[in-house]
Amino acid sequence: MTDLSPLDAAGVSAAVEEALAAFAAASTLEDLKEARLAHTGDKAPISLANRQIGGLEPADKAAAGKNMGMARGRMNKAIESRQSDLEAERDARVLVEEAVDVTLPVEHALVGARHPLETLQESMCDVFVAMGWEVAEGPELEAEWFNFDALNFDPDHPAREMQDTFFIDPPESGLLLRTHTSPVQIRAALARKEALEAEGRGIYVICPGKTFRTDELDATHTPVFHQIEGLAIDKGLTMAHLKGTLDFFARAMFGPDAVTRLRPSYFPFTEPSAEMDLRCFVCGGEDTACRTCSGTGWIEWGGCGMTHPNVLRAAGIDPDEYTAFAFGMGVERTLMFRHGVKDMRDMVEGDIRFSQQFGVEI
Amino acid sequence: MPKVPLSWLAESVDLVDGSSAEDVAAALARVGLEEEGIEGPPVKGPLVVGRVLSLVKETASNGKTVNYCRVDVGGHNDEPITEGYDNVGQVEGKGPDAGHFFTPSRGIVCGAHNFVEGDYVVVVLPGAELPGPFPISGRKTYGHWSDGMICSAKELGLGEDHDGIIVLQSPTRDADAEFGGFALAHLEPGQDAIELLGLDENTIEINVTPDRGYSFSIRGVAREYAHATGQEFRDPAAIETPAKTFGGFSVEIDDPEPVRGNVGADRFVARIVRGFDPTAASPTWMKSRLTASGMRPISLAVDVTNYVMLELGQPLHAYDLAKLTAPIVVRRASASGDLPAISTLTTLDDSERNLDGEDLLICDSEGGRGARAIGIAGVMGGADTEVSDSTTDILLEGAHFDPITIARSARRHKLGSEASRRFERGVDTQLAPVAVQRAIDLLTKFGGGEVDTQVTDVNDTVAPTPIEMRVDFPGSIVGVEYTRAGVIGALEQVGCTVKLFEALSEPDSLTVTPPTWRPDLTDAINLVEEVARLHGFENLPSVLPTPPPGRGYTHSQKVRKSVARGLADRGLTQVLTYPFISEQRLDDMLIPDGDPRREVVRLANPLSAELPLMRTSLIQSLVDALKVNLGRGAQDVAIYEVGRAYRASNIGQVARTFSGDAITPDDVEALNDSLPMQPRRVGGLMTGQRTPSGWHGAGAPFDWTDALAAAQAVAQMAGVTIVASAEAHMPWHPGRCATYRLVDGTFVGHAGELHPKVLETLGLPSRTVAFEMILDPMVEFREGQITLADAVNAQPLAKEDFAFVVASDVAAGDLVACVRRAGGDLVEDARVFDVYVGEQVGEGKKSLAVAVRMRAEDKTLSAEDVLEVRKAIIAAAESEFEAVLR
Repeated sequence: MTDLSPLDAAGVSAAVEEALAAFAAASTLEDLKEARLAHTGDKAPISLANRQIGGLEPADKAAAGKNMGMARGRMNKAIESRQSDLEAERDARVLVEEAVDVTLPVEHALVGARHPLETLQESMCDVFVAMGWEVAEGPELEAEWFNFDALNFDPDHPAREMQDTFFIDPPESGLLLRTHTSPVQIRAALARKEALEAEGRGIYVICPGKTFRTDELDATHTPVFHQIEGLAIDKGLTMAHLKGTLDFFARAMFGPDAVTRLRPSYFPFTEPSAEMDLRCFVCGGEDTACRTCSGTGWIEWGGCGMTHPNVLRAAGIDPDEYTAFAFGMGVERTLMFRHGVKDMRDMVEGDIRFSQQFGVEI
Repeated sequence: MPKVPLSWLAESVDLVDGSSAEDVAAALARVGLEEEGIEGPPVKGPLVVGRVLSLVKETASNGKTVNYCRVDVGGHNDEPITEGYDNVGQVEGKGPDAGHFFTPSRGIVCGAHNFVEGDYVVVVLPGAELPGPFPISGRKTYGHWSDGMICSAKELGLGEDHDGIIVLQSPTRDADAEFGGFALAHLEPGQDAIELLGLDENTIEINVTPDRGYSFSIRGVAREYAHATGQEFRDPAAIETPAKTFGGFSVEIDDPEPVRGNVGADRFVARIVRGFDPTAASPTWMKSRLTASGMRPISLAVDVTNYVMLELGQPLHAYDLAKLTAPIVVRRASASGDLPAISTLTTLDDSERNLDGEDLLICDSEGGRGARAIGIAGVMGGADTEVSDSTTDILLEGAHFDPITIARSARRHKLGSEASRRFERGVDTQLAPVAVQRAIDLLTKFGGGEVDTQVTDVNDTVAPTPIEMRVDFPGSIVGVEYTRAGVIGALEQVGCTVKLFEALSEPDSLTVTPPTWRPDLTDAINLVEEVARLHGFENLPSVLPTPPPGRGYTHSQKVRKSVARGLADRGLTQVLTYPFISEQRLDDMLIPDGDPRREVVRLANPLSAELPLMRTSLIQSLVDALKVNLGRGAQDVAIYEVGRAYRASNIGQVARTFSGDAITPDDVEALNDSLPMQPRRVGGLMTGQRTPSGWHGAGAPFDWTDALAAAQAVAQMAGVTIVASAEAHMPWHPGRCATYRLVDGTFVGHAGELHPKVLETLGLPSRTVAFEMILDPMVEFREGQITLADAVNAQPLAKEDFAFVVASDVAAGDLVACVRRAGGDLVEDARVFDVYVGEQVGEGKKSLAVAVRMRAEDKTLSAEDVLEVRKAIIAAAESEFEAVLR
């Protein structure tokens, strides 16, 4: 075979075409490498032709150089393009080969959860904190004075007996497990009284927490339970403000259509006192067989009222100058009707499957 | 709580036309009397009048004589059995009655013998239901098909009499054979007996709040119903009563030591009925109303006192006059003046009560003035002087007692009676003479007898104190603009007397005198509630108040939420356990004597005698939750709780003398000082596999490192640095327990593997691990601190590894601390990355491999710089721990 001349435009072009066909035919990166060596390597006709340029007549050098430059340019471009296509093909294949079964169990550790009573309590507090209220807390093992006396419970009044109290031994210690979160009202008022009187800073607190009564555990009772209680002390507060607050709270927890209703009742620490019912958010009062409201259309949610002047006096706040309202509801009860919990025992036995249904949000 | 038969209620107020029991209950709820339940008629029909056509006595195989009766029950008779007979049927078939002819009727077997042919009786037919509930069906008995039952009073809930059946009328015998009350009635066989006997009653049970004692009566409930509906109220207490006279049975009130300043009795009315017929029966309507109200009919005298109490709200007591010795003295049980102390009384339930000196007693003067107790005032009468079936002369007591005295006695003797329930909530001070009169009227109407003209009425009652109130006060509390007429009208409706003082500049003021039946109305705020509830709560405006800007969650609240969420994210599940534990639990956890965790708070009245203590650490109760999960088949369990434990370090005496007055800061401090410590804690238990075995490989069990890592995570979430040291602490494994302290030395908790003996005793899996951290000191330490940033150093990193052979008791943490000290400021990080124990290092030795990262602030470290640090580290480790570089 005779050497290809760099001036043989047709011959060069044929060699290039041959090379391009070989590149295109390469189906793997290895084939392409082989074809590249064959057509652009030292022994390739084009390379050999290129080497002859130096020995040409000066007049022919330019034409030969142009021929060869174009030839090399076409080949390099073709290699590059084929290289990139083949690499893309390879990459795509590797990704397919590396695919996994995403439905396999992937947790390398146990999955935890919060207790729904706590998360519910927190979301209830969030509603009030967003309105500017503050979360106040107090001891669970409480002085009888805070739990009863300061809240206008006469020592001999039957109302004290309504709350089945755990007393601490010895009985004359005057200590008990708080029967409600209401003692926190007094503590919060005492702690904020100065700012109320000096700066006119109204007291708006929400008091969540654990409470105790001597009820045996069954489907609807538990001796240890949670309440959330609100107290507002300010100038000019009325029952209309109480109703407005409860309506807002109900809508935050049960949606924009939630409606509350007040019924006259009695609590020693409020006057007037009321029971608060929530329009059944499941049936809206339309279903006489509704399991959430027992067909009554209303769900008993809590108690409320205007704080009794004696309670304000106990905290050293002048009831002629300030008025106050308070409300409270059971967190267990709210969890039961809001989330369809049928049996109180599920909440207290510590079976992790109960908490795990709820995850970390409620 | 009181049960209100609607027919009785309707005697004092017209029920709204066409209203059901539910409607009445809803109306009462609007003014504050919550419904507890609605009961339909106690008997569900058919219950009819029957006439006994024939009665055949038959001796059964068991020796008992029964009557096979044919009873005409009118429209309920069986169909004539054979066509073509006028009013006569012939029983077909092969039964014992086959071939006999009967007037259309039903065959009934009856074991009672107090009736004869021709008597009118009460027959319950198959398909009916008697109180019990006791469903009735036809059945074969004593060789007959018995197609119903002839009823006794007891079976219908009309009394205790079960000796015989009810004979409504007995045309062939005298009236003594009859049940009473129906002698003049026109009776027809087949007539509905439910209405006839007053058994068609609908009853509402209501919940009366402690401030509304007067609603423990038909009178009070009727008044409330009138308030709710605007219907007219007719006061059943509007009865003429005779004025007091001299010469009646002598009564003295002798109470020189009143309780809380209140004399035990301020009213005592005594009147006498003589020649009463002790065998007279209570009328059926009275019995059925008592039954519907939840009381048992007993005898006319007792039934009347109960009936009047239910109707008017005034408890009454009937004494057998023959057994009384004048004067009656109302006194305390303790000795006082010439009155001897009385220590016991047998009450009419035949139990002997040990009396407290403070108990208020009704005494007569058998054996000396006021020397014999005949009742605990307002709670229960004594057995000696109760009316019996031979009592002909009765003394009726209607009194008003101090609510506090009665409440204390009822509680002391655990004797919550119908009377004490009313007295402790407050009874109308002017009701006693009315109630006694009403009782006398009923007693003499149904039991005959003559009423003494003398009336004893010791009356020390004081009129209710008028209350001053500005007319705009209710509106200012409720947020509704009530008119002057609206306020006055509401107050008058509840029975107040209202005087108006028109003022020129100030809003008008009212002087309001509450009625005697409302001892709860003592302050203007009580009147506000009356105005508000009479105008209804339905139309309250809804206005959102505008609080000042708040400060958000406190640091403590944020930390608790963060810790709780952080542990859940680490795979632990939050539980809430009861804080009650047994004595045994402390022993089971090997908590040594003298340990502060033995300073337990003890409940005076625990729910269970087994669990009288409050936990002194969370894991004491958390182990119960772990057992629940394991018991239900779980194997891999990691739980935690955020809560309080309690320590009785400072239970003291608490003064309770602040009532009424504002509390001082000193008082608050004293009260708070008396509270046991109850720090907030977080604790957790882990057992089983941390990483479950699976398709990706073998799993790994929870071990001590998980407990320590959880404890450190808690600290990290609380934003504090904690330092571990190895200190034994029960119930942890003595060699696998970390004690944590803050950098200032404050103790904050423990973590590690639990003691094998504890796990064995509690029946928990071996190698269960636990942590418990006290949150309060961590919160306190970090609160208010602001984290200051270090500049991020961008100089190149130099890394050096060391393998030190040290004695096996050298703590890795101590060696690392030494490395850091020796390396100085250039050391950015030093950590142990391998621990080796084995032949290559020899007995009693271990190898700790430490990776050190170094970086200078201002330059690239040279090989010489690094070598210098390396030498310093090796030298320090050698001198401090005799460490040898491998």
